[in-house]
Amino acid sequence: MIHFLQTYGMQLISKTGQHLYISAAALGLGIIVAVPLGILLTRMKHGANAVITLAGVLQTIPAMALLAMMIPIFGIGSTPAIVALFIYSLLPILRNTYLGMEGVSPAVRDAAKGMGMTWWQSMVRAEIPLAAPVIMSGIRLSATYVIAWATLASYIGAGGLGDFIFNGLNLYRSDLILGGSIPVIILALVVDYLLGRLEATVTPRELR
Amino acid sequence: MLLSMEHLNKEYPNGKLAVDDFNLQVDRGEFICFIGTSGSGKTTTMRMINRMLNQTSGTIKINGKDIAKMDPVKLRRSIGYVIQNVGLMPHMTIQENIEIVPKLLGWSKEKRAKQAVKMIDLAQLPQEMLNRYPGELSGGQQQRIGVVRALAADQDIILMDEPFGALDPITRESLQELVKRLQEDLGKTFIFVTHDMDEALHLATRVVIMSHGKQVQVDTPDNILRHPANEFVTNLIGEERLIRAQPNILSVSQIMLKNPAAITPDKTLDDAIDLMHSRRVDTLLVTNADGVLEGYVDLDDINRITDATTPVSRFTNREVFYVQASSLIGDTVDRILKQGVKNVPVVDAKKHLVGIVTRTALVDIVYDALRGAPATDEEPASPINADIHAAATHEGGESSQ
Repeated sequence: MIHFLQTYGMQLISKTGQHLYISAAALGLGIIVAVPLGILLTRMKHGANAVITLAGVLQTIPAMALLAMMIPIFGIGSTPAIVALFIYSLLPILRNTYLGMEGVSPAVRDAAKGMGMTWWQSMVRAEIPLAAPVIMSGIRLSATYVIAWATLASYIGAGGLGDFIFNGLNLYRSDLILGGSIPVIILALVVDYLLGRLEATVTPRELR
Repeated sequence: MLLSMEHLNKEYPNGKLAVDDFNLQVDRGEFICFIGTSGSGKTTTMRMINRMLNQTSGTIKINGKDIAKMDPVKLRRSIGYVIQNVGLMPHMTIQENIEIVPKLLGWSKEKRAKQAVKMIDLAQLPQEMLNRYPGELSGGQQQRIGVVRALAADQDIILMDEPFGALDPITRESLQELVKRLQEDLGKTFIFVTHDMDEALHLATRVVIMSHGKQVQVDTPDNILRHPANEFVTNLIGEERLIRAQPNILSVSQIMLKNPAAITPDKTLDDAIDLMHSRRVDTLLVTNADGVLEGYVDLDDINRITDATTPVSRFTNREVFYVQASSLIGDTVDRILKQGVKNVPVVDAKKHLVGIVTRTALVDIVYDALRGAPATDEEPASPINADIHAAATHEGGESSQ
């Protein structure tokens, strides 16, 4: 263990950094796209099912295949990996945003409008805060997926902790496999914990 | 006129006419109840007042201003709004909830806080509750907050859509008292949608009865109970309620028998006995030439006199208990029954004799009100009542009306 860290310590840090960067970028894009889209879907019931089904279909494409499909479009490196992981992150966030917004009681929406809130005020002051816990749990779920799948990004030259694992597999070196896997697990757990804390703070006291 | 609604129509895209030529003028301080079966258009009509819905045609004016030309958001901030499911924001404290509209209107923090305290006092809830969340309050307490929240920005008109429908009867009653007080003490104008007739009759200054988008009857609760416009209204009110309400809406003149047996003081004992015999009564009312009630003569008193030519005025009993024709039965029934007399003369404002109320008629009313069913038997039930009924007959005899 000590020996491993002495040899690969610097590499481990930079790979973890890459891994985090790819995951965070994919997740960030996912949030930017899926949250507003999910909110929009609650306003157009007809499109909602189609869009959520489409996101579900994208989710079923094998991760390796999706990564490979990105190469002709984006070449190799971190960009295709981020795009592929972004596609994966969409569904949980989209679905939870949609469900969360749908779950806001119609009475609250009616009261907000009836008291003279504009559409935007109703969103920001009432509906989004009330849907936040559900949206956050979607983001948490996506984050865990993305961090785990980001190991595969190494396959298309994006780097990250997957490099250790693939090297280990090629060289029959279990220390490298574990040296890549364990940090991924720790990373996923830590991020999940931090997002869990965030989820708790955005959850209204009374709904906890 | 605070609120005027003229020729309102609301047609849904499927061609269904939800509201059909609705007209109503509402004065400041009125309490208007919209009542009807579901699908009668009562909620639809109410929701057009704050433009939660827009009418297909017709105009709504508030203080003479056409609301169609106003910004709907500004309009809604000026009108209180209370819904059945309370609609408190679960993620905001009670104080934040009360302050929603004042905040939207840009009131300062101090002014809002002061108003929140004022409102919670109005709701008769402890001030500590301001820091609680809606989920920590009972349903009744939540709706109390819902009601005062609608007044927090000094709104003049408050719209309420079946606000107490989900509450238990005791809580509902206390909430009804709250809104009644707000209307009476603060002069707020309420438009209140309900399907509970008791609630409407209790709260409203005027009731608007609706069916299939049309106004069936618009009147005060008393007038509706007294003169239901048609069978639909009668059914909606319910036979039972009409009967129960009788003591409070019927006046004495409506149940009295007209043409009571009466005699003038200048007649003789002989005349009196003849009249009693022909009318088969044991008591005669004595009225002067103008028909003003002076007293009564009783068969017992007559028995002791032997001279047949004695004028009636000599043995008139002047201590007579009488009631006003215009007074409500509910107000007089106790007095009459406690007097223990068999029948009571009815006089108009100038003490002219206009009729007589028999104890039987009163007892019937009281009994019906208690039992809630109409008396099926018009005939007197016992021989004792028979001569009371006979005290006033419709044929012959001297009358002083």
